[in-house]
Amino acid sequence: MPLLALVALHLLGAILLPTVAVRNTRAAFLVAAVLPAVGFGWIVMRLPAVLGGQPIDETLAWAPRLGLEFSFRLDPLAVVMGLLVTGIGALVLVYSAYYFGRGSGDARRSAPLLLAFAGAMLGLVLVDDLIALYVFWELTTICSFLLVGQAGISRESRRAALQALLLTTLGGLAMLLGFVVLGETAGTYRISELLAAPPSGPPVVVAGVLTLVGAFTKSAQIPFHNWLPAAMVAPTPISAYLHAASMVKAGVFLIARLGPIFVGVAAWTVPSVVLGLLTMIVCGWRALREYDLKKLLAYGTVSQLGFLVVLQGAETYVTIVAGLTMLLAHGLFKATLFLVVGIIDHQTGTRDVRELSGLGKRMPVLATIAGLAAASMAGVPPMLGFVGKEAAFEAFTEGGPLDQVVGVGLLVGSVFTVAYSLRLMWGAFATKPGIDATEASSPTWWLTIPALVPALFGLVLGPASPLVDSLVGPYAARFDVDDPTYYLALWHGFNLPLLYSLIALVGGILVHRSTTRLIEARESYPENPDFLNAQRGYERIMALLERTAVAVTGRTQAGSLPTYVGIILLTVLAIPGVALLAGAEIPTDAPLWHHPLQVPLAIAVLVAVVGVVRAQRRLTAVLMVGFIGYGIGGLFIVDGGPDLALAQFLVETLTLVAFVFVLRRLPIRFSQSDTASRVLRGQKMLVAVAGGVFVAAAAMIFSSARQAPPVASQEFIARAEDGAGATNIVNAILVDFRAFDTVGEIAVLSVAATGVASLIIASRFERRREAIRRKPASDDITDPADAVPEPKVTPYEQEVRE
Amino acid sequence: MTSVDKQQPDPEPQVTSWSGWDAPSERWLLSGFPRDGRERAVLLELAARIVFPTVIVFSLYLLFAGHDRPGGGFSGGLVASQAFVLRYLAGGRMDDSARVSMRPPVLIGLGLAIAVVTGFLPLLFGGTVLESEILKFAVPVLGEIKLVTSIFLDIGVYLLIVGAVLDLLRTLGSGIEADAAAAEREGMR
Repeated sequence: MPLLALVALHLLGAILLPTVAVRNTRAAFLVAAVLPAVGFGWIVMRLPAVLGGQPIDETLAWAPRLGLEFSFRLDPLAVVMGLLVTGIGALVLVYSAYYFGRGSGDARRSAPLLLAFAGAMLGLVLVDDLIALYVFWELTTICSFLLVGQAGISRESRRAALQALLLTTLGGLAMLLGFVVLGETAGTYRISELLAAPPSGPPVVVAGVLTLVGAFTKSAQIPFHNWLPAAMVAPTPISAYLHAASMVKAGVFLIARLGPIFVGVAAWTVPSVVLGLLTMIVCGWRALREYDLKKLLAYGTVSQLGFLVVLQGAETYVTIVAGLTMLLAHGLFKATLFLVVGIIDHQTGTRDVRELSGLGKRMPVLATIAGLAAASMAGVPPMLGFVGKEAAFEAFTEGGPLDQVVGVGLLVGSVFTVAYSLRLMWGAFATKPGIDATEASSPTWWLTIPALVPALFGLVLGPASPLVDSLVGPYAARFDVDDPTYYLALWHGFNLPLLYSLIALVGGILVHRSTTRLIEARESYPENPDFLNAQRGYERIMALLERTAVAVTGRTQAGSLPTYVGIILLTVLAIPGVALLAGAEIPTDAPLWHHPLQVPLAIAVLVAVVGVVRAQRRLTAVLMVGFIGYGIGGLFIVDGGPDLALAQFLVETLTLVAFVFVLRRLPIRFSQSDTASRVLRGQKMLVAVAGGVFVAAAAMIFSSARQAPPVASQEFIARAEDGAGATNIVNAILVDFRAFDTVGEIAVLSVAATGVASLIIASRFERRREAIRRKPASDDITDPADAVPEPKVTPYEQEVRE
Repeated sequence: MTSVDKQQPDPEPQVTSWSGWDAPSERWLLSGFPRDGRERAVLLELAARIVFPTVIVFSLYLLFAGHDRPGGGFSGGLVASQAFVLRYLAGGRMDDSARVSMRPPVLIGLGLAIAVVTGFLPLLFGGTVLESEILKFAVPVLGEIKLVTSIFLDIGVYLLIVGAVLDLLRTLGSGIEADAAAAEREGMR
């Protein structure tokens, strides 16, 4: 089971890694880098077989009775994404070893988390089951949350981490719903089976839309795009890996993965193309306005993700070929660019365009590396980015008018791409008049090489595009083959796509030259209206959510015991009570008593009940309640339930003791506020009596509804001796037949006991501190707040204070 | 939790020259931190010394008899914990009083752990979770002894209940008492 082992080893390694990270963080990163590197090598070795049409399948039963299993499958799509995830992962981990301060807290935290993320991402790519895919999907979200939040010290990082978490899990939940709809419609959750026999009909449309929500949130499409630029507070290697090269591509990957199921479904294609295009253009424009190099790259990433979503969503052979090529190209150049920006930040301490100057002369190697990547991003031949972009233009220049419109949209987006690529290079490396040349020491090779490798790949794979073609072709062949003769190449002759590429380059240069003026012009206009500002919208929704939560909690959690009990009783009366009135027959042949002893016991209990209601002192009331309990225990004995009676007596005694402990610190008498309001008292009485009557009637009716001795009881009686080795059937049930319940109950009991004890101790601690703060006032022993041991009793406090 | 307990200003046991003479020689019978002279009830203390061990033995009997007669881990645990309640009422706070002192949360955790671990143990022998086995073996004097492995679940329940009640005594019992004493002292100041 090599696939499963690969994923499991990553996760296992992440668990063990902290032991290394505590001693030496650099070693931890380097050890962690081994696993993705091994994964990369393994996938490369399997390439010929998989691309030749022999995917690797593995299945491990997870919860067989629920039909849940971990199925892994290495197919042509998984290969493309898997190579990206493992390759970039290994590079980023090596880079991280030299980026983070040695032994710093961030490094200790990030090493295991990055490895865990790599494992989760690999699982997401390789998995062949919708539910398991969801699990890995959310694992990556959690890793992202922890990696963005880091120590959680700065408010900004906490907010960014939370925003990323909330938005992506929101989408994830929608996606899960979509998965369930899809799986239930098709009768299987295996992706390969779904692809082989796609279901159809309205449920599939619903499933498609829901799944797209998940993909769009993860891949930061408009209107969910804001979390990604915000997440740039994370350390740069993390941004490079999670928020550029791999995790944010999960959405694009999902669209590609499930695409064949939704071929011809307009609700799948149209939103992908429209929102993707919008994202590409708007965020490409936004990137031009940024001064922070990392923010610039982040908006660039969002823009490129929009591009990828358009290509994957359009679902024809050529767009998929273009999409997968761009997926690869983007992973390569964006990783390089992020790592380069990280080096600049590391060496100079700033990433602000307005502070950097003359770095190109000072760091020529770095500038060259960045130049290669930026050229790929801008689509300059002979880079891989150019090949991918040509294919994309090809797909949209040949079809009908709608396709043409999309093609022009992509062209506009590409103009911005070229412009912000130039802005990045200019911002990072140009010598700017009026700014002093930035001081910087040259970086270690360990930082430079991981940035160099993907850039070189981008350069080599362009001329070697037949290789890429054979990598991405097999998966694209699943889709409508509109142009089977299409192949990836640097040179297709003089045609429209080449013209588009030229326009993009020239246009981009022009836009970049006039950026300053464009920004000025834009800023003279009024700001965007609020409803178009996604960040403001997110903040509004969050504030609304919090206000609603506070309002609901404030209304429902009144903090009054009588109210709670009243609500519970009224609910009981409203639902089962009405059902009882509607459908039950009151037994007519019930005897008044089964045993003469029941009569005096019942009378005693009734007398005690009256006593409780009329009691003026708390202690009297508690004693009376205890007496009622003992009376009930007596009834159990009469009815032949010694075990039950024993437990009843013991619990009653203990309750009494606990009550008395608390009563020591409460006023002796009940407060008078209750008796003052006769109306309230009447209402309470009414509810209480109705509740009591309901319970009594229900007990009678239910017990008379039984026509024959229950089967389960007979089985218990028959099997107690031999099966459980007990002649006491109650005990046999408790420790054997229903032992699972017992374990559950004691677990609940232990949690409750610990919780109550903690609350009491915490509240006492709090009071003690308060007492120290306000020394003179701390001597009023009768202050009930001092005595309130647990929140349950708070109503007392309120009552007493009235 | 422990730190909180230690931070309380201990109400000094009212040590007078003759205060130690009536302390039990076996410390586990009473806590050794007797109450203030005005709050002590000699009869109750005496009764507690006699009753405490007896009740503990009875609770163990209930625990083991549960299989065939009324009883079981729950009842046994409640009986045992009520012995501790009596000991607390008669003898005062019980922190660190016993020879073998165990913090209530530890006891709770131990009980839960025993119950759960023994529940999973059958898996090692190819059984199902919480399956029980009846073992019979002969002991020279006592004759044949029947041991049902589900007794371990009952022992877990027993310990957990005792732990929960001791926690109650620690917080609602001596905790409130210490508060009251502290408040009183501050009031007198």
